[in-house]
Amino acid sequence: MAQRTVESIVGLFMIAGLAALLFMALQVSGLSPKAAESTYTLYANFNDTGGLTPRGRISMAGVTIGTIDSITLDKKTFQARVKMAINSDVDNIPTDSAAVIRTSGLLGEQYIDVSVGGDMDSLKPGDTFYTTQSAMNLERLISNFASGR
Amino acid sequence: MLDHVRALGRTGIDVVVSFGRSGQFLFGVLRGVPKPAVGFPLLVRQIYSVGVLSLAIVVVSGLFIGMVLGLQGYTILSDYGSESAIGQMIALTLVRELGPVVTALLFAGRAGSALTAEIGLMKATEQLSSMEMMGVDPLRRVISPRLWAGFYTMPVLALIFSVVGIWGGMLVGVEWLGVYDGSFWGNMQSSVEFVDDVLNGVIKSVVFGFVCAWIAVYQGYDCVPTSAGISSATTKTVVYSSLAVLGLDFVLTAVMFGNF
Repeated sequence: MAQRTVESIVGLFMIAGLAALLFMALQVSGLSPKAAESTYTLYANFNDTGGLTPRGRISMAGVTIGTIDSITLDKKTFQARVKMAINSDVDNIPTDSAAVIRTSGLLGEQYIDVSVGGDMDSLKPGDTFYTTQSAMNLERLISNFASGR
Repeated sequence: MLDHVRALGRTGIDVVVSFGRSGQFLFGVLRGVPKPAVGFPLLVRQIYSVGVLSLAIVVVSGLFIGMVLGLQGYTILSDYGSESAIGQMIALTLVRELGPVVTALLFAGRAGSALTAEIGLMKATEQLSSMEMMGVDPLRRVISPRLWAGFYTMPVLALIFSVVGIWGGMLVGVEWLGVYDGSFWGNMQSSVEFVDDVLNGVIKSVVFGFVCAWIAVYQGYDCVPTSAGISSATTKTVVYSSLAVLGLDFVLTAVMFGNF
């Protein structure tokens, strides 16, 4: 085979290796510049987010309707502020809905479940959930029970 | 009785001698780096025959290993309702262990044996000694490009293996078994660290590539120049490379991921 052909095939091979490294960096271990689906932002404040992580899912009646963007600490209230990206086609969440942190299964990941309220008005982009329920902490539950409180 | 003891002693001395010879050989090869103008085309040709031609077996095994990991992981994790941790499991297994190790084993079987047979046949047909007669150093002209080719191609192959494996795991987990795509990647990204996991995997594969190529070219260069000698050298390449890879993997894992 001509040297030039060999060189170009080896070049492609090396480029494939670099692409694999890039994939490892961006998609497997880091941030991904993913094609943005059309979403809008909602916020919720929690006393305790437990094991909630960014990119976790947000579901309503068991159906995934969005993902968690970021979790930050609000320095004034010492609460966790969760920024959520909700799919744009779910634009009629009632304003009195509650964001509840639940665990899938006994040892599974934690996610936010939106329990639907009955208000006629719906949450607009940038709004904050009025009612929230923090992650259930099994140890705290047991110690409360044991100390009779 | 005395003969047995003598044979045992001779075997022991032979092992030590061959270690010494391979070390000397390695030193000779590394010292004799060819001039870039001459060496580069040789190196490219070796990367082609060692790396590019191993790509097919690496991609296919990576895909199936990833798919099996996806299936097995799902069956076990779904008992605990945590099948979304499957992405994390697949990625960590592949990036830390299976990627470098399985690629090195495949590399030893596919490319290492070919290197040994090629160099052994060159020796048997006295091509190496005629090169020396012409004043061309065979270490520099024949061995060195092959060693460096192993060194360069192994991390590339291991990375491709891991990526294809993760894709195969995603195919099974997300597309067929219905794990939510966001938590598949999200769990993976929150648990895989670029430096700690990915780069350590790359370091592992560099070490394995070097060791496999070293064993392969040394066995070829040192073989008994007969057809039986070449066949036993080829067998030895595969056996020694696999043992070295698995043993070194334990040591490297203990150094990189063990906490002491």
